[in-house]
Amino acid sequence: MERHRDDIGARTGMWLFLFTEILLFGGLFMLYSMFRMQHGAEFHKAAENLNRIAGTTNTLVLITSSLAMALSIAAIRRGRKAASVALQATTVLLGCVFLLIKYFEWSTEIGRGIYPNSPALLKLDHGEILFYGLYFVMTGLHGLHVIIGISVISFMLVSTAKGNITSTDHVRLENSGLYWHFVDTIWVYLFPLFYLVT
Amino acid sequence: MNESGIQPGFYAAPGSRTGIFSWIFSTDHKRIGLLYLFSIFSFFAVGVCFGLLMRLELIAPGRTIVGPSTYNAFFTLHGVIMIFLFVIPGIPVSLGNFFMPLQIGARDVAFPRINLLSWWFYITGGLLALLSLFTGHGPPDTGWTFYAPYSIRTGTNVVLAVSAAFVLGMSSILTGLNFITTIHRMRAPGMTWFRMPLFVWSVYATAWVQILATPILGITLLLVIIERLFGVGFFDPAKGGDPILYQHLFWTYSHPAVYIMILPAMGVVTEIIPVFSRRTVFGYKAIAFSSMAIASVGYFVWGHHMFTSGMSDVARVVFSFITFIVAIPSGVKVFNWVASMYKGSIRVDAPLLFVLAFIFLFSIGGLTGLILGALATNIQVHGTYFVVGHFHYVIFGGAVFAFFGGLHYWFPKITGRMYNEKRARLAWLFLFIGFNALYFPMFILGWEGMPRRYYDYLPKFQPLNVVSTVGSWIVATGLILLFANLLRSARKGAAAGPNPWGGTTLEWQTSSPPPHENFGEIPVITQGPYIYNPSKGKGHGTA
Repeated sequence: MERHRDDIGARTGMWLFLFTEILLFGGLFMLYSMFRMQHGAEFHKAAENLNRIAGTTNTLVLITSSLAMALSIAAIRRGRKAASVALQATTVLLGCVFLLIKYFEWSTEIGRGIYPNSPALLKLDHGEILFYGLYFVMTGLHGLHVIIGISVISFMLVSTAKGNITSTDHVRLENSGLYWHFVDTIWVYLFPLFYLVT
Repeated sequence: MNESGIQPGFYAAPGSRTGIFSWIFSTDHKRIGLLYLFSIFSFFAVGVCFGLLMRLELIAPGRTIVGPSTYNAFFTLHGVIMIFLFVIPGIPVSLGNFFMPLQIGARDVAFPRINLLSWWFYITGGLLALLSLFTGHGPPDTGWTFYAPYSIRTGTNVVLAVSAAFVLGMSSILTGLNFITTIHRMRAPGMTWFRMPLFVWSVYATAWVQILATPILGITLLLVIIERLFGVGFFDPAKGGDPILYQHLFWTYSHPAVYIMILPAMGVVTEIIPVFSRRTVFGYKAIAFSSMAIASVGYFVWGHHMFTSGMSDVARVVFSFITFIVAIPSGVKVFNWVASMYKGSIRVDAPLLFVLAFIFLFSIGGLTGLILGALATNIQVHGTYFVVGHFHYVIFGGAVFAFFGGLHYWFPKITGRMYNEKRARLAWLFLFIGFNALYFPMFILGWEGMPRRYYDYLPKFQPLNVVSTVGSWIVATGLILLFANLLRSARKGAAAGPNPWGGTTLEWQTSSPPPHENFGEIPVITQGPYIYNPSKGKGHGTA
């Protein structure tokens, strides 16, 4: 019995999985809209303390990584294995740069004594406590997804290099790309909601 | 072939693994279905024990066998185990896994390895839930709903129990997306959407609810864990948060979850009725669409769990109204089932007995649901035993009775042997009488004002509580009879043959038990499934 292969089915499954991921973040976006409605002014005030340059840089880094990912799929479709591997490596690298910048941002906040349940944070208004709570939870959950994405793409990179992902059989790479674009898209919403609301 | 003339089928599947490893690492949908069947009924047994202990405590006012905090742990664990480990995975993962691919003429599900992974997630979640009993500062005592702020503040082992529910949610999501993809991509040639058996339709509707609702539970439970570990404050008014927000998030999942429990059961009922009435289903499309209608409208009624929590009058009226609307597709199904039996050549074997009990008990559960969905009466009975009675009529009387019906109906296909009919009917009788003795008094107790979730009650409530506790013993006897009969028949029953009931859906076309990869040759479908008039054809197979 030959191996059952259904690329459309595999893509269907991936899209369904991404729906569930959108809903997972959707719960948090709902909390954000609720609290923002109640504490609009304090959200503006708190957002001024975030580093807009770091946020913008990270947006550019992540969008560029998504471009590299899309190009790596285009490359493997044309059978250009080396180019695909190099582009996937670029994606992974840019993902790591994103995490690094995020790490420095978090460190700055925590260095100022701003982290969930910290004495300095609890002295602030309710709206600011909630803003920073959402900031840490949402960027934290997003960061976790970036880490998962980097692991998955690293795995694909090895598979491509070994010749298991080819110009005729690359649905796994496409699905990993879909996942990475999803991670990117979530950030595209997080960026204005946290950095640009001032 | 053994001495009784039964082919080993998939039980003798070729493979390098032997013994238990040929099961727990199998990607065969039939083996995974049976793995799930045994796992969920093992947890069911644990849940039943907690239920029996609670009823025993309530046989008399005051402390009978346990104190208040132990009783709180009992109802929490009874709820967590029965909801997350038994009835939500329930029919889809066991009977659905086994029979959905057979009914659409597929060799397996779309993602067999993800199917196995979901079972491993299930077992991990189950073990975490059990671990929460014995570690930390005592078993969780929040109720299965984990309401904030208590779930954030209690010293008991909430994090582990919540993590268990989170992992079980991932298992549920994976099953859902697997089944949707399977039904979209793997139907046999000629199996159009409106030629699918209605059980497949109901599993399909359920799968959508699983993937669209479960992530909300996931994020909510994650937030409970984050609150407990880091104190972010989303549900804590002292930090600007709102505990009612927790209730909204929780019920946004947990109301649709009720349809995850009941929709597949309705599918089983729809399979059994035509076979035992020898008539086609009345209103095929109405039943198919009502499944989808229940699945979609079910998202917009969660507020009826919170009528006394603090909501605007407009919101309450709207939620109440939409709640009434859900009764319409449910009513469509009940009338169609009854109409399907009209002028049929009815044969009342155990599967149909369970189905008839389902229709009776589910109707009581559904009608009392309208009492709860109406604002004025809800205020009177909110948080009382009336709710407990209603819920168990729908879920135990509905989902679980249909599950038992399905187990008997498909038992010959799973094992290749017949169960003992006389003992099955006896077990049914015990269950039906015991069930009503156990839960009907709760409606009266609730109406008179007995609150739920207390180990103690006013002396005037005692007579009905005694009836209820005695009922729980009758139910337990019925359960023992039922499972003893099935387990004994699995080894000693007479050979069943491929199609003992004269069913017309595809699973009855292959041998019993089905061979590895289900069909020698994938069948081609030319008409709808339920055709019992020989002049009009044979449905999907040999009627």
